[in-house]
Amino acid sequence: MALELFRVDDRLIHGQVVVGWGQPCQLGFLVLVDNAVVNSEWEQELYRMGAPPEMDLYFDSVESAALRFADYRADTRNGLLLTGDVATMAALQAKVPQLQVVTIGGLHHKEGRTARLRYVFLTPSEEEELRALAARGVTVVAQDLPNAPAVSLEHVLAGDGTG
Amino acid sequence: MTMSDGPRAVVAGHGKFAEGLISAVEQITGMGQMLTPVSNTGLAPTAIEAVVREALASSGATVVFTDLPAGSCTACVRRLNKLSPDITLVTGVTLPTLLAYVMGASIEESVARGREALGTVEPPRGA
Repeated sequence: MALELFRVDDRLIHGQVVVGWGQPCQLGFLVLVDNAVVNSEWEQELYRMGAPPEMDLYFDSVESAALRFADYRADTRNGLLLTGDVATMAALQAKVPQLQVVTIGGLHHKEGRTARLRYVFLTPSEEEELRALAARGVTVVAQDLPNAPAVSLEHVLAGDGTG
Repeated sequence: MTMSDGPRAVVAGHGKFAEGLISAVEQITGMGQMLTPVSNTGLAPTAIEAVVREALASSGATVVFTDLPAGSCTACVRRLNKLSPDITLVTGVTLPTLLAYVMGASIEESVARGREALGTVEPPRGA
């Protein structure tokens, strides 16, 4: 599989990622792309404590992730790249056009967001960013867990939070 | 023991984990009211932090039990803990740990009870 999972999840590294995806997909490494976390040793340690010892964590800014993308892709282990918001994933994809599938794993309720799926809440600007990604040829789906169906962007945007 | 003088804590986790554990504590000891449940279902990290902060304030607790060390509740409590070092965080909580805690054991003793209770049971000889 190598690095083929690109997930947007506002909880970043948490149970669904480490256990829900990590174990069935036998993930050997995670790449967390977050401009705040990459500048905070404390935040990095917080996420390291949550990951099993056999799983390597790499922390990047958008710029450094784009520079290292080929190395991550060449890694023979299975990997997952995470961002905490749509804008960061869109910025990375703009620098790395070979990133062609984006999975919304979890964007949860907060002010200004509308419920689209049980685990996807979006602001109007986030919806625009996702449409723009799709317009660039990127396949955008929502899928919280590997055994759940992948929901197309069209269905996500038409959702009312009950799906 | 009354709620006012007993140990209090917040239990936070995925889905109905906290609610379920607390209902078991209530069934076994009648002391479920000492524990305040928090679920992360549907909540962004900032919202989880707010709910945990509110649960701590309303209950007067300074102890938070969470389910997964890698879970979002744990991460949120660690962030709160950075600002309020008086919060004690225990991860990987189980029913034996919570039972020990509400019955008056210290945090260290309660954690030890949870560890001691976890194990496999061998089948009877000749089975």
